[in-house]
Formats: sequence, structure tokens, C-alpha cells
Amino acid sequence: MIKIRNLWKKYDKTQVMEGLDLDIQTGETIVILGRSGVGKSVLLKHIIGISKPDAGSIHVNDDCITDLSGAELYQAVHQMGMLFQGAALFDSMNVEENTAFYLTEHGDPKTGKPYSKKELDELVAHALEMVGLAGTQKKMPSELSGGMRKRAGLARLIVYRPSILLYDEPTTGLDPITALHINELIVKTQKELKATSIVVTHDIFSALYVGDRLALIDGGKIVCIGDPDTFLKFDHPIIEFLRKTLLQDPRSFRKEADGKSK
Amino acid sequence: MELSPPIKQKTQIFLEAVEKKGSFLVAIGEYMQLIIAVALATIRCPPSFRLIRNQLYDIGVSSLPVVAITGFSTGLVLAAQSFYQLSDKGLASVTGIMVAKAMITELGPVLTAFMVTGRVGAAMCAELGTMRVTEQIDALQTMAINPHRYLIAPRFIAGTFMMPLLTVFSIVMGIFGGYLISVFFFSMSPSAYFDPMPEHITLFDLFTGIAKSYVFGAFIMTISCYKGLSTSGGAAGVGRATTNCVVVAYCCILLSNFFLTIALNVIRDKISLFL
Repeated sequence: MIKIRNLWKKYDKTQVMEGLDLDIQTGETIVILGRSGVGKSVLLKHIIGISKPDAGSIHVNDDCITDLSGAELYQAVHQMGMLFQGAALFDSMNVEENTAFYLTEHGDPKTGKPYSKKELDELVAHALEMVGLAGTQKKMPSELSGGMRKRAGLARLIVYRPSILLYDEPTTGLDPITALHINELIVKTQKELKATSIVVTHDIFSALYVGDRLALIDGGKIVCIGDPDTFLKFDHPIIEFLRKTLLQDPRSFRKEADGKSK
Repeated sequence: MELSPPIKQKTQIFLEAVEKKGSFLVAIGEYMQLIIAVALATIRCPPSFRLIRNQLYDIGVSSLPVVAITGFSTGLVLAAQSFYQLSDKGLASVTGIMVAKAMITELGPVLTAFMVTGRVGAAMCAELGTMRVTEQIDALQTMAINPHRYLIAPRFIAGTFMMPLLTVFSIVMGIFGGYLISVFFFSMSPSAYFDPMPEHITLFDLFTGIAKSYVFGAFIMTISCYKGLSTSGGAAGVGRATTNCVVVAYCCILLSNFFLTIALNVIRDKISLFL
């Protein structure tokens, strides 16, 4: 279970988080929604220990991530994995090396024993097959499309089977069909690893597809949270807009805007 | 109370100056923090030899051609200038000593450091900067890899190890360049070029050159890595960080060269008093 309590964070003169509280149950997929710049990605970086809050705490199972540093933090981070918005594949390594990176550096996640070349090849091939990238082992990240990069990033994540998966805008910048494929992969991965998943997105379709619960950040706090049906019933301007985008023909927004400008 | 525009403007300038000074001190603090973090990470869990070997090749072997050209051409020019300036005073025989002394104590270490900054430091800063802005360094951390141990320590170890070797290579190339022009262009005899060297070039001179190259190597590696890791602002930020890295490294090399020259000569004088 992940417990976030009274999280505060300020960047330069912008207060991004203002006492954010959130509980995430083990094994659930929670989707964090919100406008650009409200601190969704920042929240993920705090959970995985890349950023430190100005105040507040984050407990991941028995570890207080916000209190840990150095080797203890890295030890706690082993149970987590994150898919970055741009996939963050290592440019100097091919897909195979990228996917095998964690296993090459740490060995078996349970025993720490180094893998043989054959074992590594098998694990990498399985992970790549799972994300539909079989046969791309020798390709460099620069040779991959946006969707392929995201899938390679996901393969790099699932190969070491973390129990907590963080996704930072997994479908942003992808065409609708590839985005749907990524959503399917998130659900498939969650089922196979029985992991806790936290997905940050702007995409309401993706949020409803993958999420067990949806949460909305506004003004540095979680303002609405609940299962998809409950979430869509909240009385909040952003949720009202999301409801409209789901039900209304997008051309009606254009007509509305044209009407206002007249 | 409303301030008049000129006072307001001056106050603004003063506040900006204070802020700039503050950010400079913050940068110094962060730089020192990085050095300590890298040292601790290296002591606690040394980086794998594979990573150090790759950097040894990138920093050392790949820099050999540029260092050779720099050293060789400097030796050529130095010998030619010395010969032209000194031959009419009957001092042409000191050409070899001039070249060797200048190359060993000053030009070898400084020019090699400049070349390594331009070739290796800038590339290192750009690479780390790109990794920073594309979240590759964050990705390392999410996979429980300490970037200080994985990225910085191998570069620092390889850089400080390779700099003295590159400097010695540059010195040898410089003396060789000086020899070629003195013997084949100015018709000096090889013995006139080499024979006075053992008498005038001391082991302390060699120590001076090597000590300087260690310090320069440490500066180049730490500044490049610090600037790379603190990059922000996308592609433009990477460009800015790389330019800053080269400028700061050059300044540090030149300033530290002055202080090292003074300090090492004082030490030599003290030692010679005891001997």
C-alpha cells in the first residue's frame, strides 16, 4: 500500500503541491488526471524517490520513501518501475541492452545472482514479445517510432517484474490505435504481474480503460477520487468538461467557441 | 512609500547582483556536493571495470591524435621561435632546453588540458546533459542505479588516470617536433639539441608537469560532469551547458596553472634548502 500524506512542493515561485493526500491500495490501478503543470508527473517522481518534497511523507509498504536516501533509497526503489513520457531509453544501447539493463546490473531481482547470456536472451525475448516488439533486439532507440519506444520502455520495466508500476503519460503523442495498444498492454501487465499501477494521463479514454480508480489533482491537492462511475459524477468544472468530451461531438466545442468569438 | 524610478532601478540591479552572487555560491556548493557524492559512491561500491575501460578508451586512446598534433606543432613553433630569437645572440644551443622545459612544465599540461576539454569535456557534458533532459538519468535512478557511481565515477577515474599519460605523450611529441625542425631545418646537430637536457631538466620539472595534469584532469572531469548533470531547458540548455562547461574549465585550468606554478616552485625552493 502507498500512503501519501500532506505533500508540499514548490518549484521556484510555483507552489505545485499543497498538502496532497492519497492512499493507493495494493494491486489496484489508479489514474491521476489533471491539467498540465498541476504536478502529476512530480507526484510520480516523489513516489519513486527521484524528487524530495518540501514537507509531507510517502510510505511505500514499510518504507518511508521521503526519509530514505542513498543506498537505502535505492534498496526501496527495487520494488518499483517507471515508464517515462518519452520512454527514456538509453541512446547508446540497443533495444536488447536497454531491456536487459536492470537484469545485467542487478542480476536476479530475488537472489541477486547474475544471469547467463542465454537466460538474459530468453527473458528479454519474452518481455519484447509481450509488448509486441519481438525481433527488434538489435535496433537502436533512434530507429524506433514513438509507440515502439514506449513499448520498449515498457519491456524494460516488466522484465524485472516490479510490484509497483508508474506510468507517466503513456499514451501522449501516440495515434489512437497505438494508444489503445498501450492501454491494453498496461492492463495485461497489471494482470500478469499483479502489480500496483499508478498512471498519470490527460487522456480520459485511457484513464477509463485502465483505471480501477480515478483521481483529479487541482490546486495542489486531490480534489475528486473514486471508481470511474463515481468519478464522472463529481461536480467539478474539469470533470464536467471530461464528461462533455466523452459524450459530445468535438465539433460542438468549435461551434461554441465560434459563437463566443462573434 | 513609492520609490522613485532611478532608485527602483538601482535597487533592482542590486537585487539581481545579489541573486547572481547567490546562485554562484549555490553552484559552488552543488559542485562540491557532487565531488563528495562521487567519492562516497566510489568508495562504497566501486564502478565495474567494464565502465572504466570504456571511458579509458574514449578519453585516452581517442584523444591521442589531437594531443599528438597539438604537442608536435607546439614543439615545432617553439623550436623555430627559440632558434630565431636566440641564434643571433649565440644562444642557439639552448633551443632544445627551451622546448623541453616549456613543454614539460607549462605547455604540455596546459595545451593537453585544453584539447581534452574541447574534445572530451564538451562531449561528456553534452552527453550527460542530453541524458538529463531526456530523463535517462531519472530512468537510471528508477532502476536503483546510482548515477554518480554508474556515470560519473568511471569518467573521473579514467580522466584523472589518462590526463598524465596524454600529457607525457604531448611532451614527447613536442620535443620530437622541436628536434625535427632544429636538426633538419636549422641544421643543429642532434647532440646539440639533446645533450644539455639532462643537465637542465630535473625530475622536479617532470613532477610539476604530471602534478598539473592530474589537477587539470580532475577539473575537466568534475566540471564537465557537474555541468552535464545540472542541465535544464531542452536542446538549447544542452548547448548552453556545453559552452559554460568549456569556458569554466578553461578558466579553472588557467587560474589553477598559475597557483600551481607558484606553489610548486615554492616547494622546490624549500626542498632545495634542505638538500
